[in-house]
This record gives sequence, structure tokens and C-alpha cells, in this order.
Amino acid sequence: MVISRSSRETYRLGIEISKILKIKDIVSIYGELGTGKTRIIQGICRGLGVKERVTSPSFALINEYSGKLKVYHFDFFRVNSLSEAMELGCIDYFYDDGICLIEWPEKIEKLLPEKRINVIIQYHKERKNWRRIEIIRNP
Amino acid sequence: MIVLGIETSCDETASAVYDDGTLLSNVISSQEIHKKYGGVVPELASRAHQRLIVPVVEQSLRKAKLKKNQIEGISVTVGPGLVGSLLVGISFTKALALGLGISFIGVNHLEAHLWSWKIGNLSRGKPFIGLVISGGHCILTCVERFGKYQFLGSTKDDAPGEAFDKVAKLLNLGYPGGPVIDRISKKGNRNFVRFPRPGIKSNGYDFSFSGLKTAVLYYLRKHKKTYIEKHIADICASFQQSIIDVLIKKSFDAACSKRVDMIAVTGGVAANSSLQKAFRDRGEKEGIEIIIPEPVYCTDNAAMIAQLGCWKLRNGEKSDFSITALPSYPFPCSI
Repeated sequence: MVISRSSRETYRLGIEISKILKIKDIVSIYGELGTGKTRIIQGICRGLGVKERVTSPSFALINEYSGKLKVYHFDFFRVNSLSEAMELGCIDYFYDDGICLIEWPEKIEKLLPEKRINVIIQYHKERKNWRRIEIIRNP
Repeated sequence: MIVLGIETSCDETASAVYDDGTLLSNVISSQEIHKKYGGVVPELASRAHQRLIVPVVEQSLRKAKLKKNQIEGISVTVGPGLVGSLLVGISFTKALALGLGISFIGVNHLEAHLWSWKIGNLSRGKPFIGLVISGGHCILTCVERFGKYQFLGSTKDDAPGEAFDKVAKLLNLGYPGGPVIDRISKKGNRNFVRFPRPGIKSNGYDFSFSGLKTAVLYYLRKHKKTYIEKHIADICASFQQSIIDVLIKKSFDAACSKRVDMIAVTGGVAANSSLQKAFRDRGEKEGIEIIIPEPVYCTDNAAMIAQLGCWKLRNGEKSDFSITALPSYPFPCSI
């Protein structure tokens, strides 16, 4: 468990996470609105050599970037059912030769491959800008 | 030149017919066709586009009182958007172009939005600042003329429409958040809470709306539920005002620094009534003409796709059959 004391630190943690990633890895990022899911992904992408601007895909659902590897950035915030997610073809992406970074994975839990890295971001109880971040390799 | 426009980049299946300056028809699926053919509105999936594309195109031709063989060119959105959804429109376009033996062109959805104010507007062109704001995008550009765009800035995280959606979600107001916050805010005091105006003091033209959403969240956590319910209109109006203030500041700064006297605000968020009024009031004060399309041309539509395609085909541009979807197609800046 790590404590991030600012958005900047969350970003740097993302860069650190990128160093352990390899092709076909899936990182699912859990956290309420405003905890910094997109922020940590911006760090991961930076670490993976993505040059394009990394923004929230809440509306577009999937952003694709090319760094050292293909990077797929998902956001299932506005997805309401598994069938909608399946129609997006997200399963094809999960088994593709890239790295998948997923916001709101809880919306599609059943579709996610078992083997993945979970990042759980929570608000810190006492400090407004602090976050508790856990990184768990599963299984 | 009679051009058929096809738009399937996101939730809407849309088709329009445009003939050199005149829009002959403009059909959007989520209005009438959904009722007739069933399905939920709005559906997220490419399957909905598959189901709707033929009836939508047929209806647009019927409304334009045209037969298929009278179409002289086709224009289709190739990105940015959802790959599965874009492919439906692109494949349909290729098949129809092949069948009819006519040219087609793939266009950028954001460039089409940038010019959406020109539909039905016969004023002569002049340089302007273009602000495209929607659920997925936020782009500020200086337009010298058609095809010549200087990129000024874009969002570093969330788009303004997304901020509306997420704050609406925090307040349990439903989806999409823009129209409902706009409506509720009318009864609220926009100075009730002073939310941050991210980046308003910086000189650059980039935007950031993610922190604003978090600021609203912190505010909601700090106050009692009953208090929030009582002041929901005030909170909405205050949040909305933060977004408006930032968009106005950057757009008018750009107009001043680029010495142009017109700002065109387009995209779904441009349909927000308080935002429209704020832009117009400020424009009047500073002698800057503000142009905002009718709401139906603010949100996703095929009229803007047909118009842009018509201009490009007239310029001799066209696509070949190898064209495919470009989900992350960037805004085409040339300077």
C-alpha cells in the first residue's frame, strides 16, 4: 500500500507501475470519481513512451495510443451492461498484443481476464488530496 | 453537388443530404426511427448502427425528395470515435459508393463540428476562433480559412461535457448531465459556491476540468444531504459558471491575441443556454461576433458531415477504398 500526497505523486506512481508491465498485461484501476484513475494512467502511458495526450475516454469509451507498445485505455463509466461492453469488442482488445488500462472495471468484472494487475485507489480519511493506493497482482 | 453525409461515430446514427449551401434533409436516429424500429435510446453499440443505418439513410433521401441515383458524392465520419461504430458508417459508404459508381470522402468529426455553424448561414467567411466543446472533446483553434487551422489548445484530462455528466452523476441527476444541469441551474445562484476555475490564470490555451469535478465532490462530502438537496440549483449553477468562465476567458484571450473579431462555439456543450448567453453578453461588450449553431447542429449530426464532404469533394479531394476507421483521428491542424 502506498500513500500518494498529490496528483503529481499519483502520476509518478503511474510511471513506476509502467516499468513492471509487459505485452498483453491488463491493469484494472478501481476508484471512485475524482480519485485519480485517469491521472495514474497518464503516468503509466508516459512511462510506456506514449507521446499523444492521454485524456479521459469516458465519452469515447476506448482510446488507443502507440508507445513502445500499443496501449488501450478503456473507461466503462457510462456502460450499463455486459452486452454493451461485449459489442464494443473489448474482449478482442484484452487478448490483443498490447497493454490494456481499464477505468471502472467493476462494470465489466465478469468479462475481465483473471490474470491482471489490480490498482485500487481510495480517498484518504484525513487528508483531502491524499490517496491510498494498492497494487495487487491477480492471481 | 448533391452529397449524402453519414455519421456513426458515437451514439447517433445520422444521415443528411446537402447540396452546395442548402441542406435538403437531416435525420438523426434517436428521434423518430428508434420508435419505429425499436431499441433503447441512446444505444451504445455498433449493432444499433447496423440496424438503423439503412432506414436512416432512406428517410434522409425521402425527406430530400431524391432518389439514390441522384446523389453525386458521399461523405462519412472516419474518426475520432468508436471503432465498431465508425466501421458501420464507413462500410456502408463504401458499398453505396461502389454500387452507385460515385466518389466518397472520409472526414474528421471535429473539423465537421468546427464548421457546423455554417449550415444555413450565408455570411461570407472571415478568420475566427473556433471552440469545439462536447462530451469527448474540447478544442480551441484559430481558423484562417477553410482547411487552415492553427491549433491553440485542448483539454488535458476531461472534456467539458464529461464534467457535466460526472457532476450530474454525483448529484444523482441522470445521464446525459448537460441538459439537466442547464435546466436546474436556471433557478440557481451561480455565485453560491466559488468552485475553482482551472487554468484561468495561465496564459496557455489548454483546459483541465478533472479537478473541478473533484472540487464538487469534496464540496458534496462536506455538506449534509438535506442542505445539498435544498441548494441543488445553486450548486449546479455555480459549477456550470466555473466551466463557462474558463471557456470564455480562453476564447476571448485567443480572439484578442489573434486579432479576430468572431468566435464560433460548436459541439454538444454549445447548446447550453447559460453558456450561450454568457458568450453573447461578453461578445457584445467587446465587439466580438459570437456564432453558435442551432442545438440540432451542436450535437452530433450528419448535416455537418455532408457539408464538409461537399466542400472537400468540390475541392477535388476524395478517398479511396482502402480508407478505414481512425478512432483517435486528431484535429487536423495545419499551422
